[in-house]
Amino acid sequence: MPITKKKKKKLAIGDDEVIVLDNVCKSYETGAPALNGVSLRIKRGEFVFIIGGSGSGKSTLIKLLLRELIPTSGAINVLGYDLTRIRHGKIPQFRRKLGIVFQDFRLLPDRNVYENVAFAQRIVQRPRREIRKNVPAILSQVGLAGKYKSKIKRLSGGEQQRVAIARALINRPDILLADEPTGNLDPKNSEEIMALLEKVNEGGTTVIVVTHNGEIVNKMKKRVVALNKGVIISDEEEGEYVNAD
Amino acid sequence: MRISTFFYTLQQGVRNIFRNKLFSLASIATITSCLFLFGMFYAIVVNLQHIVKTAEEGVSVTVFYNEGTTQERIDEIGEQIAKRTEVSEIKFVSAEEAWDEFKQDYLGEEYADGFTENPLANSMHHEIYLSDVSLQNELVVYIQSIPEVRKINRSEITASTLTGVNSLIAYISVGIIAVLFAVSIFLISNTVTIGISVRKDEIEIMKYIGATDFFVRCPYVIEGILIGAIGAAIPLVIIYFIYNTAITYITGRFSVLSELLQFLPVQTIYQNLVPITFAVGIGIGFLGSFVTVRRHLRV
Ligand SMILES: Nc1ncnc2c1ncn2[C@@H]1O[C@H](COP(=O)(O)OP(=O)(O)O)[C@@H](O)[C@H]1O
Ligand SMILES: [Mg+2]
Repeated sequence: MPITKKKKKKLAIGDDEVIVLDNVCKSYETGAPALNGVSLRIKRGEFVFIIGGSGSGKSTLIKLLLRELIPTSGAINVLGYDLTRIRHGKIPQFRRKLGIVFQDFRLLPDRNVYENVAFAQRIVQRPRREIRKNVPAILSQVGLAGKYKSKIKRLSGGEQQRVAIARALINRPDILLADEPTGNLDPKNSEEIMALLEKVNEGGTTVIVVTHNGEIVNKMKKRVVALNKGVIISDEEEGEYVNAD
Repeated sequence: MRISTFFYTLQQGVRNIFRNKLFSLASIATITSCLFLFGMFYAIVVNLQHIVKTAEEGVSVTVFYNEGTTQERIDEIGEQIAKRTEVSEIKFVSAEEAWDEFKQDYLGEEYADGFTENPLANSMHHEIYLSDVSLQNELVVYIQSIPEVRKINRSEITASTLTGVNSLIAYISVGIIAVLFAVSIFLISNTVTIGISVRKDEIEIMKYIGATDFFVRCPYVIEGILIGAIGAAIPLVIIYFIYNTAITYITGRFSVLSELLQFLPVQTIYQNLVPITFAVGIGIGFLGSFVTVRRHLRV
């Protein structure tokens, strides 16, 4: 046939792979590309640190993974969803399989701890009976059993991040994405939060953590992906923190 | 949708109002002031129209006939006039009836007994009421062309004044509605912009967790509808009292004019004003919240 339809090369995804990026580029309207030719494969159950200096494209990578952004070119597949083609109406369904944690917690300040966590279950329309059971269970898992009635503003940073993690975990996500979860915390709280994330990972959840905390990275001996100016400069099992700043 | 989700959504809608008290107050105040202006204006226009209409109904042309015109000929002329479109009603008054009326209105019964003959023997006439006062001139020109007609009494000033008042009301209505519309749009778009900045983070969080557009939107839309309903109820209550007070004051103060100034009771005004106000208030609330949230659903 004379008509050659330019068909996109089908992305090969292994059975145990939950995240596959193939030659992904992302440019914003201004400036150099934030990500430039990133290819990355992550298996179910992995714990991966993403490191790199500020402006190296870490947050952009996380935003692409949760389909807040669309790549300028390249292919992304997360949990079997082709994120370059997913329909707007399907995005909620996809996001319910992710848990997301931010540096600035992003809690609803006008609701108490219980409501913030229950919120995630209300969204997926869990019956009230189940919510009443699940919320206390997850709160005790993150060490906040006694604080379910507290106002968000009354909590310390470490406690707020635990609430955010509880909210991210309550729907039993396949992947937990954390963008600098300890960025606003003191060393002691940072260590506790990382330990919590490791525990979550041991439960089978794939965990991806963007961090600046070299000490913790070196101690935990996990896979480390290092970005510099939008390019992966190293990707090692049991990697070390490389100071790119 | 689950029943519990439905009630949760409803509850969140109500709570949203209290969560952002300042924003809610601003929105309610905006809608209240727009609908208050609209309601006052509506009450005034409806009353003006009513007054004009009452006055119009009283406008009549009286036709007198030459001495010696036969009753048959007069009846014939009456039928011809009645056929014309500008005529809504025509009434024949015989000389006897005219005299009876005069006696009743201006003389005592015993005093009138002094007259043996009808002093108004020549006063049989037609009273013609118009369907549209602005057409009075045409009718008069036509009647003048009838040879048997001796005299026409017409209410020249009233007719032209009323026509003028009517078109004045129409112009003012259009003008004021245009101004109100512009003001509402401006105020509402401002409040909506405030609303967006208040809601931005919250909507973003909901979308990150995997809320559907519908789930995100519902509580805000309920909130908007409630704010709109409150913003409609407040001016209605205020106007109710102002209206009654104003009527009592005007009719008491200008009792001379009470014949002319026939105000409509508040119930009549509210028959239309209540549904219109609620429809507009709820409509504004619904649209405002719908649009506000829509801008942020593209996360
Ligand atoms: N919304 C945006 N518009 C334009 N440029 C952006 C935007 N977000 C990030 N950038 C740019 O993209 C690059 C990568 O940013 P980011 O992914 O946030 O880096 P990191 O999280 O590693 O600090 C930076 O140069 C940053 O200035
Ligand atoms: Mg960042």
